[in-house]
Amino acid sequence: MTNIFNYIDRPSPIHRLTGATKLVCLLLWSFAAMSTYDTRLLAVLPVISFGLFAVSKIKLRDVSFMLGFTAVFMVLNNVLVFAFSPQHGVTLYGTRHALFSLGGNYVVTKEQLFYHLNLVLKYLASIPIVLLFVCTTNPSEFAASLNRIGVKYTVAYSVALALRYIPDIQREYHEISQAQQARGVEMSKKQTLVKRLKSAGAILIPLILSSMDRIEVISNAMELRGFGKHKKRTWYMGRPFRGADIAAMVLCALLLAAAILLNIHNGGRFWNPFA
Amino acid sequence: MNEPLLEFRDFGFKYNAQSQPTLYDINLTVRRGEKVLIAGPSGCGKSTLAHCVNGLIPFAYRGEITGSVRVNGRETRDLSLFEISRTVGTVLQDSDGQFIGLTVAEDIAFALENDCVGEPALHDRVRRAAQIVDIESHLLHAPSDLSGGQKQRVALAGVMVDDVDLLLFDEPLANLDPATGKAAIELIDDIQKETGAAVVIIEHRLEDVLHRDVDRVVLMREGRIIADMSPDRLLAGGLLTENGIREPLYVTALKYAGVDITSDLHPHSIRTLTLSEEEKERVRAWFRAAPPSPPKPERPVLLDARDIRFSYDNGRPALDGVSVQVERGELMAIVGRNGAGKSTFSKVVCGFETQQEGTIAFLGAEDWAGLSIKERADHVGYVMQNPNQMISKTMIADEVGLGLRTRGVPEEEIARRVEDTLRICGLRPFRKWPVSALSFGQKKRVTIASILALEPEMIILDEPTAGQDWRHYTDIMEFLRELNRRGVTVVMITHDMHLMLEYAERAVVFSDGEVIADDTSAAVLTDREVIRRANLRETSLYDLALLCGIGDGRAFVQRFIDYEREARA
Amino acid sequence: MKKSPVRTIVAIGIGAALFFVLGRFVAIPSPVPNTNICIQYGLLAFMAAIFGPVAGALIGLIGHALIDFSYGWGIWWSWVIASACFGGLMGIVAKRFRLADGIFEKKDILTFNIFQIIGHVIAWGVIAPVLDIVMYAEPANKVFIQGLVGGLVNIVTTAIVGTLLCVAYAAAKPKQGSLEEEKDD
Repeated sequence: MTNIFNYIDRPSPIHRLTGATKLVCLLLWSFAAMSTYDTRLLAVLPVISFGLFAVSKIKLRDVSFMLGFTAVFMVLNNVLVFAFSPQHGVTLYGTRHALFSLGGNYVVTKEQLFYHLNLVLKYLASIPIVLLFVCTTNPSEFAASLNRIGVKYTVAYSVALALRYIPDIQREYHEISQAQQARGVEMSKKQTLVKRLKSAGAILIPLILSSMDRIEVISNAMELRGFGKHKKRTWYMGRPFRGADIAAMVLCALLLAAAILLNIHNGGRFWNPFA
Repeated sequence: MNEPLLEFRDFGFKYNAQSQPTLYDINLTVRRGEKVLIAGPSGCGKSTLAHCVNGLIPFAYRGEITGSVRVNGRETRDLSLFEISRTVGTVLQDSDGQFIGLTVAEDIAFALENDCVGEPALHDRVRRAAQIVDIESHLLHAPSDLSGGQKQRVALAGVMVDDVDLLLFDEPLANLDPATGKAAIELIDDIQKETGAAVVIIEHRLEDVLHRDVDRVVLMREGRIIADMSPDRLLAGGLLTENGIREPLYVTALKYAGVDITSDLHPHSIRTLTLSEEEKERVRAWFRAAPPSPPKPERPVLLDARDIRFSYDNGRPALDGVSVQVERGELMAIVGRNGAGKSTFSKVVCGFETQQEGTIAFLGAEDWAGLSIKERADHVGYVMQNPNQMISKTMIADEVGLGLRTRGVPEEEIARRVEDTLRICGLRPFRKWPVSALSFGQKKRVTIASILALEPEMIILDEPTAGQDWRHYTDIMEFLRELNRRGVTVVMITHDMHLMLEYAERAVVFSDGEVIADDTSAAVLTDREVIRRANLRETSLYDLALLCGIGDGRAFVQRFIDYEREARA
Repeated sequence: MKKSPVRTIVAIGIGAALFFVLGRFVAIPSPVPNTNICIQYGLLAFMAAIFGPVAGALIGLIGHALIDFSYGWGIWWSWVIASACFGGLMGIVAKRFRLADGIFEKKDILTFNIFQIIGHVIAWGVIAPVLDIVMYAEPANKVFIQGLVGGLVNIVTTAIVGTLLCVAYAAAKPKQGSLEEEKDD
């Protein structure tokens, strides 16, 4: 499994943006989506992001697997919120328009439904854009991008190393676990929980010990080729910013500004139609 | 004579963590354009010597240095690791560990990036280095898409981008199949001739390195250099075998035939070997004196796999109609290049993967297909290549008893079987030791013991001798032969041609998911077409037969095998 | 074992890769139907105990963020930060241990577990829920109960898996000392 992160290489304007640009845009966008509960902005963001999907030539079926996860997560979280706090909306918006009762404290209110709508919109505003980033950014550009936006290059490189060695470690885990299964070490439901965890340990121990050796070899290899020599380094996959990059970042900055302005205007993070 | 590039003078080194020095009285000079092979058994200090050349000692590993080591005329301790790496480029044994980049191009660029080389020089130099090692058509490939040989070429390009003066190879052949190893030695030689760099190769597989000429061989033992001479002179003496290094097979054969090896015969390569008519006649006489091969015993089929087809996740078929029969009591080898399907086949047999088509029958076990991984392991044991990937207990006795404990065997019974197994495996003296105190070869025995404790009829071993020097190789293989004599059927997955020749009665050759040959080792290793498709090499014994005018090369190889087995028995 | 900044960088990369593989592909069925137990926090505590707070925090941060990325459900920053804090907190105790020398005794097991419990309580009982409230305006009782359940499970897995790893790692370090071969009788 070499493409766990689902990078899809297609010729599109979004693919042509540098990784650093997309990372900056993702961060600005995420802050915008996170900072506000203004329903109007939250409704606009998903529309834009689906538009961007069209521009990027990434099809819905390319990401259906990941969207499935998201949908389950979203439904589950909504159910949990309602189960634990059916009157959360009332607290947030300060009014109470009861619709019908499900028994006990579970009275469905307009405020609660509106809060759930906002919650759903929030997911739709913040998740598709992450998918878009993942699908259109070459993992090779990722470390260079982090360094570009100010992360120390040594730390950025550890992200690159993680991406590099995930497939190797995954294969090794798989092989070790098969060999241990043959010896009767298993994690299935037939065992008690503590036994299952101990079995996991029996598989993990060889994996961890060999990973420690791996750390030694890799750090030798890196030092022998001059890693850490200077305060800076260049990146083979780094690309210069162009006009489109600047424009994209400015637009995303404007979105964040809009979110902040709306919060000031609303006198809080919530836009309250009940007031 | 030009200035020395590398110069050790009365050099010694002791690691801080150890009480005794690892290197003593090292005197060694390497000049520009020279090619030097450093050989020696495991633990002789050759890896430590390599660390002293590339600067990992003293900069990454601390210890006490005595005497002097100069690179380009300057003491390494007065330089930095980075300055040394400008002169010395190191290609490590572990090509996956050395492959740091996400793609070929990024990995080659690594040293330049660290040196802040910018565009357009960065892309140009990467392309040039990739061209030298002939990998430029794979620049955007990930390491998982490359073969072992290709990864090694990337590693070479990764140090060549820096225009180093000395290339240091740490066991470059360890993870390569025979044909790829041969290509690697040729590439190293070509690059040296082209760039004029000095080359130092650390390797115990002497015959393979001598495929192309080297200027000198440095032989090490217990931290000291005991010989530093031309390969011809070294082969003429008995120093190699005395010090646990295998001499070339044709040299061994000549000795069997009673030919006296002198440096005048130019024995460093089968190509340069010159024999007088009298010496050739001796070889022929030895060949003619062959007793008839013993008849093959009749044995029941233990494992019968028929028409196995398997592919991973809708990909290309990994096994495409494979049929293999293993007879009870056999010692056989499965060979083929990486990705040919040999490991997949053993995984299907053990139940780690399930075939899409085909059947497997096992003598005495009804309904093989219905058995779980664990149940199959009671009949067929699987030993992984790297013992460190199998050992999960701290104490040896616990490790060996693990499989019995998970099967709910009573404790007294476990104690008895662990005790028996440890005795058979020669591990009884260490039974109260922690696993960590054992050598690699001993750990290998522990993993084999942990499988044997379940008393399987058959064991499959993946590269049982990978990375082992001759002495450890012989230890492990003699042990497996002893087990085989006790009635355990042994199947080995291997690239190692010596192992096939010396130990396997039969070899099944895989190529692209199919069985392309199933014959005696001598037959397989003298069949040009099979050798080509399986990435093997022709054995030098065959060339020796030709040189001596023996028409039936296969019979000559068989004579050698029989003679060796006779001698060992 | 050598100490160098490069080694720590590599440890962060490999640690994050391990964290990712365990969190993403290793599923241990839990007693609750259709849910799996994560064992990556046992690994994180172990790595932090060896490589220190910076490595611990970054392994948690990068590993968790990569898991979120690969599922595509967006980065759930509050939990990612909680993972990073747990790694960092466990790294702070690293100085007390001498794992690199192969020493991990009974009292170290106790220290390790006391600190991992404190670490998980802070991470999942305080940081994750508070950030959930601040960032996502979720109801307090929901996030606190979620955090508490998650934290409890993580405490159990870290206690078993993390301790096992530390003990095994220490045991695998060759120690100076005399081992004698036993004579065959």
